[in-house]
Amino acid sequence: MPVTCKEEKRCLTALVAGELDHHGAKSVMAELDRRIDQAQPKELTLDLSGLSFTDSSGIAVLLRAHRRMGQVQGSMRVINTPDQAGRVFRAAGLERLIRFE
Amino acid sequence: MKIENQVTLEFPSRSANEGFARTAAACFAAQLDPTLEEVNDIKTAVSEAVTNAIVHAYPETLGRIVLKLRIREGHALEMIVRDWGVGIDDVDKARTPLFTTGSEERSGMGFTIMESFMDTLKVRSAPGKGTTVTMVRKIACRAGR
Repeated sequence: MPVTCKEEKRCLTALVAGELDHHGAKSVMAELDRRIDQAQPKELTLDLSGLSFTDSSGIAVLLRAHRRMGQVQGSMRVINTPDQAGRVFRAAGLERLIRFE
Repeated sequence: MKIENQVTLEFPSRSANEGFARTAAACFAAQLDPTLEEVNDIKTAVSEAVTNAIVHAYPETLGRIVLKLRIREGHALEMIVRDWGVGIDDVDKARTPLFTTGSEERSGMGFTIMESFMDTLKVRSAPGKGTTVTMVRKIACRAGR
């Protein structure tokens, strides 16, 4: 489950690609935690354009990243959410908490 | 409802099998000619049910999981996920959104997702004996087939 990060002027962009399920969630969370700790970004952008599948494990990943960004007084947005992931996130009411663009 | 076709798969509760189980369900469902959205809903619901069995039914051990896929009369896909693990004390509580006994990588939304993506969801469980989750999704008949 690859996560590719790039950072510019304390803005961290993380590209999450492939299938994000329980099997891969732990390593994605660990990588995002590590990058947030390192960069202390003002803003995290999660780019989901390469996400081919997710389930409620993706919800847990987004909620955790959102919480971590709150701890470093930063904000978070999610871009390029594919239809399948969008249906999962909407079923959980995630759009009330997280900014999707 | 008459069973028109069925397949039974058995695998150990390794998390690598989550991907296998949902892909197998999608392949089996293909004979009903579902839309992409229907296929995705099937994959998501199966992924949730199988993950529950892997994470909660067998927390310390590897156990047996059986996935039954059936095509029922009336263009309906039935998916049964069965385990012989620890069972659920209070099924109603387990189905409550955000409730989880799992660690931080669980969101407590598994049953909520299954409910919203399937037409029916039944959960039968007995502590110490195991859990059976039965889901049914009707696949729309499209014009021209």
